[in-house]
Amino acid sequence: MPVNYYIFLSLALFAIGIVGVLIRRNAITFFMCIEIMLNAVNLLLVAFSKMHHAKQAATLATAGIDGQIFVFFIMVVAAAEVSVGLAIIVMLFRNVHSVNVNFLNRLKH
Amino acid sequence: MQNALQLVWLIPFFPLIGFLINGLFRKQLSKSLIALTGCGTILVSFILSVWVFLQVKNGNSDVAEYFNFISAGSFKVPFAFQVDALSSLFLLIITGIGFIIHVYSTSYMKDETGEHYGRYFSYLNLFVFSMLLLVMGANYVIMYLGWEGVALCSYLLIGYWFKNTEYSKAANKAFIMNRVGDFAFLLALFWIVSKTGSVSFDVVFSKASALGTSDVTIITLLLFIGATAKSAQIPLYTWLPDAMAGPTPVSALIHAATMVNAGIYMVTRSKALYSLAPLSQDVIAITGLATAILAATIAMKQNDIKKVLAYSTVSQLGYIFLALGVGAYTAGIFHVMTHAFFKALLFLAAGSVIHAMGGEQDIRRMGGMKGKLKITYITFLVGCLAISGIPPFSGFFSKDAILLSAYEHNKILYVVALFGALLTAYYMFRLLFLTFNGSFRGTEEQQHHLHESPAAMTIPLIILAVLSFAGGFAGIPDIFLKGGDAIAEFLSPVLPPEGGKTVSHSTELILMLLTTVLVLAVIVLAWFRFRKYKPEEEKGLGKFLKNKWYVDELYEKIIINPLDRFGAFLSNVFDRSVVDGLVNIVGRLVNYGSRQVRLLQSGQVTSYVLLMVLSMLLIMAVQFFLRK
Repeated sequence: MPVNYYIFLSLALFAIGIVGVLIRRNAITFFMCIEIMLNAVNLLLVAFSKMHHAKQAATLATAGIDGQIFVFFIMVVAAAEVSVGLAIIVMLFRNVHSVNVNFLNRLKH
Repeated sequence: MQNALQLVWLIPFFPLIGFLINGLFRKQLSKSLIALTGCGTILVSFILSVWVFLQVKNGNSDVAEYFNFISAGSFKVPFAFQVDALSSLFLLIITGIGFIIHVYSTSYMKDETGEHYGRYFSYLNLFVFSMLLLVMGANYVIMYLGWEGVALCSYLLIGYWFKNTEYSKAANKAFIMNRVGDFAFLLALFWIVSKTGSVSFDVVFSKASALGTSDVTIITLLLFIGATAKSAQIPLYTWLPDAMAGPTPVSALIHAATMVNAGIYMVTRSKALYSLAPLSQDVIAITGLATAILAATIAMKQNDIKKVLAYSTVSQLGYIFLALGVGAYTAGIFHVMTHAFFKALLFLAAGSVIHAMGGEQDIRRMGGMKGKLKITYITFLVGCLAISGIPPFSGFFSKDAILLSAYEHNKILYVVALFGALLTAYYMFRLLFLTFNGSFRGTEEQQHHLHESPAAMTIPLIILAVLSFAGGFAGIPDIFLKGGDAIAEFLSPVLPPEGGKTVSHSTELILMLLTTVLVLAVIVLAWFRFRKYKPEEEKGLGKFLKNKWYVDELYEKIIINPLDRFGAFLSNVFDRSVVDGLVNIVGRLVNYGSRQVRLLQSGQVTSYVLLMVLSMLLIMAVQFFLRK
């Protein structure tokens, strides 16, 4: 399968993520959109890794596996990040009884 | 075997040590210790100079190289000293007269407090050090080092009594005018380096003949402009009379016997270049002669004893430049030597008079002092006779050598120079008669106070008087004594004798007689005019001369005032509106820009994200289009 398909899929996912971040106000949705963007990048990493090692693929079973290893690391870090992010959202809800990100404008001060 | 002359570095080394000791410990040392250090170091240098002189006289000469002073690529400036006939003669003059004047100073400056006394001697030692560097340097850079050093010391010593604003201004004037000359000297230096790739005398002079005429002419003219500032020639001479603000021994040492000869030394040293540039030589001869006459006319009407001597120095230096210009280098150097003797003598004697008068310098309030100041009077008289060129005093031989070379070169130059010599006799004897003859015109108190100076001052006077009398015997012309011209013979390795004399012995003798008779006549004239003091009326030509041809005023009008106005324009208009304006505009722009950019910080996370995305897109677009 040509790498183009993966790129387009990844691009679509990333665009969905960005648009979601830009237009939605719900913190949970916001967060999910960020995850989508992250995974779009992950997908691209795996795809490019396979593409670059396409020649060795016939002889070497593990060819192109380094991209997948990267992705594992990213997932691990993302999981940690999600836990911190969710904790922030919980605190936000406790304080203002809402998960609308417009309440998150304290950064100005 | 290494040449013994390698040790020549010791000569400038001792004055440097003296400078450091007196400069650093001036508050701790007692006055007698300061005087001992100051004079002792110069005495050691003098003894070494005598040794060097004898070595050179026996045919030894050397370029003593010590280390690389500047090294940049293939361009190297070694720290080297040149020991030959010319520099060893100057060494003798500088350290010899320097020592005499140091001794004189110990007494002349004795009323100063210990700290200032130390400051004075440290400057004096530093001056001797710089002057030695100047004449010993084997390349133009070392010479330039000394050249700047003496300018600095001259500045420091003119402004020695720095609490007097006038004196400080005189010091500034001297320094600034010297800077003008230094600038020309530097340009010449750069020119030489770019054309010959070296600054060492031997290399430059050996390559000189390969240079184009225009190059040599420009280099020599620039060097000469440097010399006009240092040796007080038209147009940069006006600092020297003002430099009389310094203590009198300083005037004697720096502004009569040594520093003002630096320009002459430099031109003589660069003889190889000047001989290729006849135009520059003519410029030198004419400038020198014009200066000699101008300064002599001004000296006739001055009433400050030191100012008269200062203008006389300017005038005599003009004569020396005339000699250099007509190619009579030996005669020029000979006159440098005799002039150093009798002018130092005259200044020191004037110092003795000023000392006796309690600081009074105006000759209108002197008179009749020959009874009280016998030694001063006699030595001053010797100085006057020497400078006027009465045989057999030293000035006769040297001045006659110059006049004769002028006669050989051009009859008009000779007539004008002879006229100048008559003026010299006139103003010197005017000074002598007004100071020492007639009746005393000062206050009662001064009359009561009149006394001969102490031995530390009179002994230097006597030594210099003997030298002023006998110094000329070093260069007796052939017509009196075959082979009597010892100085020309001594200098011949550096300054080979110039061609065969074209003037017959009988003409030479007639010219000498003519000069002597005319000078004697002028002295008699001066005697009848100034035997009794009559206030001089000030109108017409006299007033013009008294006001120094209004040269200072002219410079004020055409140079200083425009510069002042330009400065005022820069500080009031340019600085306020352009420079300050630019700074203010930058400030205001930043202020305004920040106020606008501040609006971006809304605190809304989504707007930040939007900005991020937009800028990423922008960067991608730029990348995309620029790659193509």
